Amino acid sequence: MKNKYSVFSLIKNALSQHENWQQAWGNPEPKKEYDAIIVGGGGHGLATAYYLAKKHNLKNIAVLEKGWIGGGNTGRNTTIIRSNYLWDASAGLYDHALKLWENLSQELNYNVMFSQRGVMNLAHNLQDVRDLKRRTHANRLNGIDAVWLNTEEVKKFCPIINTSPDIRYPVLGGTLQRRAGTARHDAVAWGYARGASDMGVDIIQNCEVKGIKRNGDRVEGLETTKGFIKTNKIGVVAAGHSSVIANMAGLKLPLESKPLQALVSEPVKPIIDTVVMSNAVHAYVSQSDKGELVIGAGTDSYVSYTQRGSHNIVEETLKAILELYPIFSRMKMLRQWGGIVDICPDASPIISKTNIKGLYFNCGWGTGGFKATPGSGDLFAHTIANDEPHKLNAAFNLNRFVSGDLVDEHGAAAVAH
Amino acid sequence: MFLINCPFCGERDQSEFSSGGEAHIVRPKQPTELSDDEWAEYLFMRKNIKGIQFERWNHVHGCRKWFNVVRDTSNDKILSVYKMGEKPPVNYK
Repeated sequence: MKNKYSVFSLIKNALSQHENWQQAWGNPEPKKEYDAIIVGGGGHGLATAYYLAKKHNLKNIAVLEKGWIGGGNTGRNTTIIRSNYLWDASAGLYDHALKLWENLSQELNYNVMFSQRGVMNLAHNLQDVRDLKRRTHANRLNGIDAVWLNTEEVKKFCPIINTSPDIRYPVLGGTLQRRAGTARHDAVAWGYARGASDMGVDIIQNCEVKGIKRNGDRVEGLETTKGFIKTNKIGVVAAGHSSVIANMAGLKLPLESKPLQALVSEPVKPIIDTVVMSNAVHAYVSQSDKGELVIGAGTDSYVSYTQRGSHNIVEETLKAILELYPIFSRMKMLRQWGGIVDICPDASPIISKTNIKGLYFNCGWGTGGFKATPGSGDLFAHTIANDEPHKLNAAFNLNRFVSGDLVDEHGAAAVAH
Repeated sequence: MFLINCPFCGERDQSEFSSGGEAHIVRPKQPTELSDDEWAEYLFMRKNIKGIQFERWNHVHGCRKWFNVVRDTSNDKILSVYKMGEKPPVNYK
């Protein structure tokens, strides 16, 4: 690391009024040719470039970003990290990511503010209770920490929850993963960008991909707003815009892009020291280090690329929040926004080769990609470098929609990511 | 969030409707003849267009009838509404 951050660098820079900090990552013009190009400068894309450079010794890499890095879904999510998924394939994938999160600040020499404050999933009806208990058992068989809490234990863990049996959707219990938590989303993108840039990766912002040049069944390069760039390996990590890029190569993906909303309140003193999610009423809440309540809502039901979302979705979510947390009834909301999420029919991601040689896709993370950022980057880098999936992402191939070997996480595993 | 002009009831809030996704995906006439690839194409693969998309909507909290809509998914502007079975308007591509 050229400019290692430490308490000593902090003191040294304090003495010069913090005027001499180096730029954390470069701002180069694109070269004519790269060994590999990553399309999309969000957390997943930057992590992919980072692990390609670090573990697979590929140095001549570029990350192309249409806007600014981390300005898409990386900067728009509710930062929840957990790995308590039902199926073995998902448990392997998400727990791989969680293990990387646990050491990420040290790995990147960048504080990503990973906080293992626990994630609690509430059950509101008997079927929820059965499903969540089953998931707890499945998690433990896969070595993932999970416990079932009854209503009294839920109340003890998070005292502001209304556990009265008289509410519309009473709390009948919940699951808790203590290793789960949150991280600072921007820092993840910035940390990976700094690490990748340090190893010679070109991070090119304000550069939109306009076309994919193909020669028969293989890729030859990308048409961009900064001209043609030659490469024979393209990794697309474009989230909601994955289908748009796929269409440029004449591919169709099993994705639908929909707006997903979140909102934050005015900052208040610490009131909720964990993350509470509730599938049945589709509302989840945590508190940021600034004191804002971070509230996640559901997706709109229709395809849209507007990054807004509908008012009625927010209304439904806030109704649920108010019933579960009457203490928030006078909170004022500060900001609301939307991100475009690419949803797969089985609510599991695609980290896969395609039938076009040199074209790889990492997409379909839907409403819950942030938690997987380090694992996704690591496994996608492996897939690109070796032209073969890692055993942890082998199940998440594009061909599963033909073979029928789906990883159906819809409803099965706390889908309100 | 937008208004949809239901061909049977008139203009109503989008929240009264349920989206049926991409329109004009024809159900296979001979399902037993289909290969796995063709099934995948029919069941899962979607154009997911950013721009002008042809789609189906159901007025689920109204007349409960299905109809087609032409909508620009980049700004949610509805360009045309037409009934099931009618030919899609040709001036959008």
